Amino acid sequence: MDIDTFFFGIYPYIAGTVFLVGSLVRFEREQFGWKADSSQLLDRKTLRLGSNLFHVGILALFAGHFVGLLTPHGVFRSLGVSDLTHQVIAIGAGAVFGLTCMVGGVLLWRRRMFNPRIRAVTRFMDLVILDWLLVTLALGLATLPVSIGHALRGDASVMIALAEWAQSVVTFRADASLLAGVDPIFKIHLFFGMTVFLLFPFSRLVHIWSAPLTYLARPYQVVRAKYVRYR
Amino acid sequence: MKIRANFALVFNLDKCIGCHTCSVTCKNVWTNRKGVEYTWFNNVESKPGVGYPRHWEDQDQWNGGWVLKDGKLQLKSGSRARRLINIFMNPDLPEIDDYYEPFTFDYGHLQSSPLAEAAPTARPRSAITGERMDKIRWAPNWEDDLAGPFEERARDKNFTEVEKAVYAEFEHSFQLYLPRICNHCINPACVAACPSGAMYKREEDGIVLVDQNRCRSWRMCISSCPYKKVFYNWETGKAEKCTACYPRVESGLPTVCSESCVGRIRYNGVMLYDADRIGELAAVEDPQDLYEAQLEIFLDPNDPEVIAQARADGVPESWIEAARRSPIWKLAVEWRVAFPIHPEFRTLPMVWYVPPLSPVQTQIDQGALPTEADGAIPKVEALRTPMRYLANLLTAGKEEPIVLALKRMIAMRSYFRSLNVEGEKNTAVLDAVGLTEAQIHEMYQLMAIANYEDRFVIPTSHEELRHEDFHALQGQNGFTFGNEECSVSLPRLFPERRKKTVEVQFTREPQRLRKAG
Ligand code: SF4
Ligand code: SF4
Repeated sequence: MDIDTFFFGIYPYIAGTVFLVGSLVRFEREQFGWKADSSQLLDRKTLRLGSNLFHVGILALFAGHFVGLLTPHGVFRSLGVSDLTHQVIAIGAGAVFGLTCMVGGVLLWRRRMFNPRIRAVTRFMDLVILDWLLVTLALGLATLPVSIGHALRGDASVMIALAEWAQSVVTFRADASLLAGVDPIFKIHLFFGMTVFLLFPFSRLVHIWSAPLTYLARPYQVVRAKYVRYR
Repeated sequence: MKIRANFALVFNLDKCIGCHTCSVTCKNVWTNRKGVEYTWFNNVESKPGVGYPRHWEDQDQWNGGWVLKDGKLQLKSGSRARRLINIFMNPDLPEIDDYYEPFTFDYGHLQSSPLAEAAPTARPRSAITGERMDKIRWAPNWEDDLAGPFEERARDKNFTEVEKAVYAEFEHSFQLYLPRICNHCINPACVAACPSGAMYKREEDGIVLVDQNRCRSWRMCISSCPYKKVFYNWETGKAEKCTACYPRVESGLPTVCSESCVGRIRYNGVMLYDADRIGELAAVEDPQDLYEAQLEIFLDPNDPEVIAQARADGVPESWIEAARRSPIWKLAVEWRVAFPIHPEFRTLPMVWYVPPLSPVQTQIDQGALPTEADGAIPKVEALRTPMRYLANLLTAGKEEPIVLALKRMIAMRSYFRSLNVEGEKNTAVLDAVGLTEAQIHEMYQLMAIANYEDRFVIPTSHEELRHEDFHALQGQNGFTFGNEECSVSLPRLFPERRKKTVEVQFTREPQRLRKAG
């Protein structure tokens, strides 16, 4: 097995399995530790800008990657989105939200490293995951010049290859050979991105699963009857 | 009508001596842990002052509590969507310095320092970073006994529409102690603001709690409680708040702060209220009507119709009986001497306060004050504390009920003075404030004598009735393994320890509670 087959044919499943099973086990066993672990109480100054930019950026990036990579190619075509338009949108949105996220992320990183209070309450995994996300992000931004080069030449093949590979992974037909012609910078970014999923259950990222959207439809008051549970 | 019972308290400010025993006992029981060093579920403020956390009463700053929007109740922090948008950074959340930076002292240095000319000192260190602090700048009771410049303390919100400049002069200064805990509100803003539904009000006794396993550190409860009585544990990342000492209350004991109160100012009891009318009564237009609106939501525990409905709604018999003997009912409803704190926040708080008379004895002795006919008891208008200040604190600015309450308390003194000093009772003072002799004796018994069993009328939670066989779990608890405490009601994924040795059955039918109650 060559290295590409491992990283792009097998590793996605390792990361995905750890991500899902790990999240499930942690949710089952460790409710008390399942949290966003906000540190706003200790310092709010940097947070207004840092946290908002970071979160808006990363959510948009996630949504962009999700839709852009996993929507079957034909759907875009039938909607009248040409490959080139698709590519230009991807580059534009990626650049805007990538930079937004980067600015926010760097602010958060600085706060975590150099604010004595935040430093004191930082756990090892908090730094690992923040650093990892920032490197992944930097790599993502580094793919932009390459993509722009492709777009200028009117060549969407790399983008299509990436999307097809992603779709091959989620449909359990992972085919690493689809990435044969893709520049190395994309591959490195892919590796870092997949590893975020691998680290996910062990970090504070689990709070994403608990995004409280149901709150929008909940009545204000919650009344619970006390009861004894027998199993 | 849907009747629920609420565990409620009254604090008699007239007798609070500001000793902080309540705060210390509470801290030792509940918040002597990492992450909550700065947290005081019970704190005692010297008023006038800005309090703990600083300016907590100023909702223009913190956006706590409820407001009326187009005649409907909405949290002051805006719609549900606004709170979700602000979830990455809650603009209304206090910072730790608004409470104070928790500190400890270098005690070890006292023992380990080498022999030296000067005696070693224990210097302060931050409890968060462990670093030396050059100076302690603020603490939970920094303004104790009117410490600090008047200009700073005069930013107290309760000075609204009070000519405060006069009170800057030493001769005219006034002060009162304000002990505060969570109010276990009927319409809690904290619960309404919690995006993950981790906060809840208990159906049986109205105690408001945070489910530690469901809290996800979204911190909306902290800013939305207008009394700032939910706290963020920076170590666990979870919200924590006063639990009304529920393990004690469930077994019929008063809360720790009430039990240990040196001034015997605290009353614990049960109130019945109509849960169907919360929305309507918390939303009366004029904030000054909120005090009366809350009186209206309470139900008379002696009314046969109320009793019948309470039974039908599953309130145990012992709770109805406790409501009938409730010291809270007497102080708040019968004699009208207790008031909800800041009713304008619209949470319908369940800790009520008897306003303080302010002693002016020297001035009376010098004949410098107008007194009642007996020449010994000052007129209400001549008290040191401005009525408007108390009204801003307790009735959203409406002075009449406060004046009446104080007059009643003065009448009580006047009457008993005539009885014990002059040997001849003066019932005219009672007629003037609309109280009967029987009432004033009862009032005296509860407020002046304040015996333990009169202050605390707490029915047990009838834990035993939830179990078919309440010995069944004996020997089953104690050492546990795995995730025993997990409260999320999912089907369990992993094998669990079997605890049952005897088949037990759980029943929640109200009938059973009634029968044995
Ligand atoms: S006082 Fe605050 S924390 Fe307590 S129930 Fe009311 S709103 Fe909630
Ligand atoms: S223990 Fe009682 S008297 Fe002392 S400060 Fe607390 S409430 Fe006041």
